[in-house]
Amino acid sequence: MAELTYLQAISDGLRTEMRRDKRVFLIGEDVGVYGGAFKVSLGFQEEFGPWRVIDAPLAEAAIVGGCTGAAIMGMRPVAEMQFADFISCGWDQLVTVAAKQRWRAGTPVPMVVRLPSGGGFSGGPFHSQNPESSFAHIPGLKCVCPATPEDAKGLLISAIEDPSPVLYFEHKHLYRRIKGEVPEERYTTPLGKARVHRDGDDVSVITWGAMVYTADEAAQKLESDGISIEIVDLRTVMPWDKAAVLESVRKTSKVLVLHEDTRTGGFGGEIAATIAEEAFEDLDAPVKRLAAPDTPVPFSPVLEKAYIPQVDDVAGALRELAEY
Amino acid sequence: MAIAREAGPVGSLHEVREAGLDREDLLGIYRHMLVTRGVEERGHILYRQGKIPGSFYTGRGNEAASVGVATAMGPDDVGTPLHRDMGVHIVRGVDPWRIFAQYMGRQDGPTHGRDGNVHMADAQLGLIAMVSHLPAMLPVATGCALTFRIRDESRVAVGWFGEGASARGDAHESMTFAGTRKLPIVFVCDNNQWAYSTPTHLEYATEHVADRAEAYGFEGVVVDGTDVLAVYREAKRAIDKARAGGGPTLLECLTLRMEGHAVHDDAFYVPKPLFEQWAASDPIERFRTWLRDNAELTDEEEDEIAAGVKRLLTTALERAEESPQPDPSTLTDGVFATPEDLDTPHHK
Repeated sequence: MAELTYLQAISDGLRTEMRRDKRVFLIGEDVGVYGGAFKVSLGFQEEFGPWRVIDAPLAEAAIVGGCTGAAIMGMRPVAEMQFADFISCGWDQLVTVAAKQRWRAGTPVPMVVRLPSGGGFSGGPFHSQNPESSFAHIPGLKCVCPATPEDAKGLLISAIEDPSPVLYFEHKHLYRRIKGEVPEERYTTPLGKARVHRDGDDVSVITWGAMVYTADEAAQKLESDGISIEIVDLRTVMPWDKAAVLESVRKTSKVLVLHEDTRTGGFGGEIAATIAEEAFEDLDAPVKRLAAPDTPVPFSPVLEKAYIPQVDDVAGALRELAEY
Repeated sequence: MAIAREAGPVGSLHEVREAGLDREDLLGIYRHMLVTRGVEERGHILYRQGKIPGSFYTGRGNEAASVGVATAMGPDDVGTPLHRDMGVHIVRGVDPWRIFAQYMGRQDGPTHGRDGNVHMADAQLGLIAMVSHLPAMLPVATGCALTFRIRDESRVAVGWFGEGASARGDAHESMTFAGTRKLPIVFVCDNNQWAYSTPTHLEYATEHVADRAEAYGFEGVVVDGTDVLAVYREAKRAIDKARAGGGPTLLECLTLRMEGHAVHDDAFYVPKPLFEQWAASDPIERFRTWLRDNAELTDEEEDEIAAGVKRLLTTALERAEESPQPDPSTLTDGVFATPEDLDTPHHK
């Protein structure tokens, strides 16, 4: 075990797979000499050469479509979007071509798109988004949202191994802020398996990504008031671990669904609806959702704080549920 | 003013032999063109009989362009043919009965009823199924070429697009990337002069689409897309060049779309004299005449080939009509791939 940052764990996972499997290559803007905008692939080009760590032109459709072609030819491409926001320029290739190819034409497309996502550092409307819900809605795409360094490595390796296109949302606000023990050897963390981040009895929080830590801080605040919070970290939103969510709901009978993406049409709605359909009789309070408001992500720190759910917002929502 | 090289016609049998085709090859090309047109003519009948759901698209007028390019491809090369390129599927060896099954949305079509018309491909034959968004397959073909470069394989990717789709960014991004990396790819533009009802002067302002190639750092070539031998010669040259490490070529095959965009469209917006002019250089008739003048094609051979094609298509239709409807209970199968799916010739 070594203590790694979340970012180092991503690098470690990618390096592990590139050393193990020569079909794996990385392509993106500035991923080579520069090591990527966030330095995930720093030193990779020296180790793996310019044809496995490929600096692409500023052309997201060519990057994502190129990965689709390469995957169909038997490679295991990993694309890096410089920011998750830019995947909009590769939407068609991902949603129209890669996602549907297995179902309609029988051709598997084993590829990964890495998406540095999330806000919290004044990135503004185009460098802060969490677009996972949009893609979870597309049949054929898997969406992975690790919260811990250990999961960041294990889920990336699983994503690369997976025979379907996988979107790997790496939260930028966790990159250097979060550290944890990460096994040095190769391991996989299965897609579709949630983890209980914090064990509790009174209220469940269903969340993923950076919100796991926001929820955890809120839970600590409530602990002194004798309110016990359980936090379920989904790890992957497609597929999502319905059984783990329902199990936690049945245990606590109260639930907050929390995410950093905007509220309407956010994946939390799907989770809340499922709980209502399948665990209605187990509930002692209406399912509550906490998410960003339906606006673009703002730039000013004051506005961004008002946008991203904060510890006090989560604590307030949990207290309401506990008192219901 | 044209920047692309404007390729001339193929004249003599000697030139053809220099391009690597013997008489047997020539008759094979002729047969493939007849099958291509025959499949689409039969498809049209099926459509009028109400046996094809949705709409129906043909590539009438494009038989020489599609067959010519596909004939120049090597067995391990890959391509992403479009809805005017039935000839590519035929040359690569797709059984016509499976195409009819595809048209009718039956279980034995390459997509088992999950997608329609020419949205199909047999991966075993090196083809990748197109989507409706054009030219979305160009980045995919570019990725195939990138793979061949990474793995240092002697293979070439062929990506098709139309002059209408040349307006979209996918074309620009693919050619930019392929140009910078000198990838082994041939971009084939089926320029049939009409993007649905929009004429070329509203799609691009250069004389040729292929004029753009120079700006991407590779050669552009324009060829008469009704001259199968000239298409073959230019495609072969471009593919050989790509295979030898010389990078991409943009090959523009100039034709006229001889029918509407799809069966519902009577193409009233296409001037009649234009149809008449291009009907006079019908690719199949043109090649038949050439074969008679230059390769001693006899009446007997002609009849024999035509009868063989007719038999093939009749049998194919009968077999396709027997193909069952897809089973609705399988609808949600295969949204995600399984590890077993990776057991293909490409995923070793």
